[in-house]
Amino acid sequence: MTTTAEAGASVEASPLPPGDHAIATRGLTKRFSGGQLAVDDLNLAVPRGSVFGFLGPNGSGKTTTIRMLLGLVGPTAGSHELLGVRMPEGWATALPKVGSLIEGPAFHPHLSGLANLYRCDAADRTADPRTSRERIGAALERVGLTAAAGKRYKAYSLGMKQRLGIAAAMLGPRELLILDEPTNGLDPQGTREVRTLVREIAAEGTTVFVSSHLLAEIEQVCSHVAVMRAGRLVAQSSIEELRDGSGTRIRVETPDTDDATSVLTALGLADVRGDDGEVSAELGVLAPESICAEMVGKGVAVRGLAVMRPSLEDVFVQLTGEGFDVNG
Amino acid sequence: MSTAELTLAPRRVAGIGLRLFRSEVGLTFRRRRNQALLVLLGAVPVLVGIALRLTAKPGNNDGPNLINQVAGNGVFLSVGALFFVLPLILPLAIAVVSGDSIAGEASTGTLRYLLAVPAGRTRLLMVKYATSVTFCVASVATIAATALVTGFILFPVGPVTLLSGSTVSLAAGLGRLGLIGLYVAACVACLAAIGLAISTMTDSPIAAITATAVLPVTCEVIDAVPQLSAVHPYLFTHWWFSYDDLLRDPMVTQNVTRGLLTFLAYTLIFGSVAWARFTTKDITC
Repeated sequence: MTTTAEAGASVEASPLPPGDHAIATRGLTKRFSGGQLAVDDLNLAVPRGSVFGFLGPNGSGKTTTIRMLLGLVGPTAGSHELLGVRMPEGWATALPKVGSLIEGPAFHPHLSGLANLYRCDAADRTADPRTSRERIGAALERVGLTAAAGKRYKAYSLGMKQRLGIAAAMLGPRELLILDEPTNGLDPQGTREVRTLVREIAAEGTTVFVSSHLLAEIEQVCSHVAVMRAGRLVAQSSIEELRDGSGTRIRVETPDTDDATSVLTALGLADVRGDDGEVSAELGVLAPESICAEMVGKGVAVRGLAVMRPSLEDVFVQLTGEGFDVNG
Repeated sequence: MSTAELTLAPRRVAGIGLRLFRSEVGLTFRRRRNQALLVLLGAVPVLVGIALRLTAKPGNNDGPNLINQVAGNGVFLSVGALFFVLPLILPLAIAVVSGDSIAGEASTGTLRYLLAVPAGRTRLLMVKYATSVTFCVASVATIAATALVTGFILFPVGPVTLLSGSTVSLAAGLGRLGLIGLYVAACVACLAAIGLAISTMTDSPIAAITATAVLPVTCEVIDAVPQLSAVHPYLFTHWWFSYDDLLRDPMVTQNVTRGLLTFLAYTLIFGSVAWARFTTKDITC
């Protein structure tokens, strides 16, 4: 499944059968009539049940990709499947099982939040009108908007609008939730709530595809990530694989810097760096406890031992060769 | 896939969109702007009626012209009111609703959500057109209703003398009025199809409304230039005032039929344009 690639090289399509993917794209490309290449040869493979982080700076093609996934924008080349159904032909089968928030919420300003949700529900011809009150009530409850449901949309704060957008995405039972920048405009408290919500939804078995330009906001909830840069996919894998694949280090605190350095070097660890009271090296395949035992056996006074995983941010900087707007 | 599907509540068999139509009609008629348009249309017969009541001289009702007709029989106020609103105010109101139909959703951003739900592009287009046609009928009905009420209050009412000179009962006269109302509704339903097509081509509702509103005026100007008489029969507005043929005895249906066929042709052509455009359009707003 790990398919990280150099920028410019195409990412291998996943070997999993298409039925196991909530989203699968093959060579998806969009060139707008102005000539701008927004998405270039995209091969996404989003496993069912995953929380899939779709990262990239603003303008890297995330929203265009999401619009293509939902059949709003037609691809110039390539194809894709949603929930195992070929799009855009299969929209009537696939889309009712997909909830979405696309480039911010949009509702009729003069209608109340509640009336807007009724309208969304009326547009879905597979939704049962007999259960709409119940489903709408549950969705409002879930995003904490029950008290403000009767207020006109134009009187909502940015955060409330965002919540209503998420509520609209959850009006029915969904197999896939596509959330484009769901934390935009939310305060830190609201951001935390969205993360909690995403975790809950995922725990119920719904696949969540969440895009963001803010790595830190979704890093904690994602099981998988893909990174876009300038219309191309530069990385795609599970979070664990991404982290393990790159530079986990062991760090030893010790007064015997020289002895510790030679022990680590003798164990065959790469990139051993000794410093004042601290020695570190790439962990590789060795278990940290055996390294500790080895050092204690050689009489090195170990004061502290830590395994340091690189932050995803570091990994991305490594992968993309440049940092991106991690703080917005 | 099977386990995920089992957790889903059973889904209703896909409907044809009556629920969306009801929602759409509610949205259209609850909108203040559209309510104001209906009030404006309803006010026209009242104003015309009062003006005629104040200026009409009793006993001077021998000519065939409309003003004298109204003074002689309040039923004719409806016909008179339709005559006043058809060149400008009624098409303007229809242009507002039909031009806004798709472009308005695009500009608020709700279009992408309607399609992602999914409402279905063809179905949404048909619901939007059905709603515009409903507004056409409601507009004409509003004018006819306020005109009848005003006419009954301000003028004598009785058996209806037709344009050809013969007289029919009040009930038969109201029947003729009903036919005229339907014909006028068909006139503007054709404009609504043009408005819908224009509305699929822009994300700016103002642009779509303006273009739709300017079109019938332009056609009427061309229709008034004798040198361009060759194209006159192909202008949809050329047939708009043929409804007075329905006030003759026996009814002259030649022009009315020609008019209805012209409206149908326009509706089919612009409906196809709207469909071709909307079902292939990239929704980027």
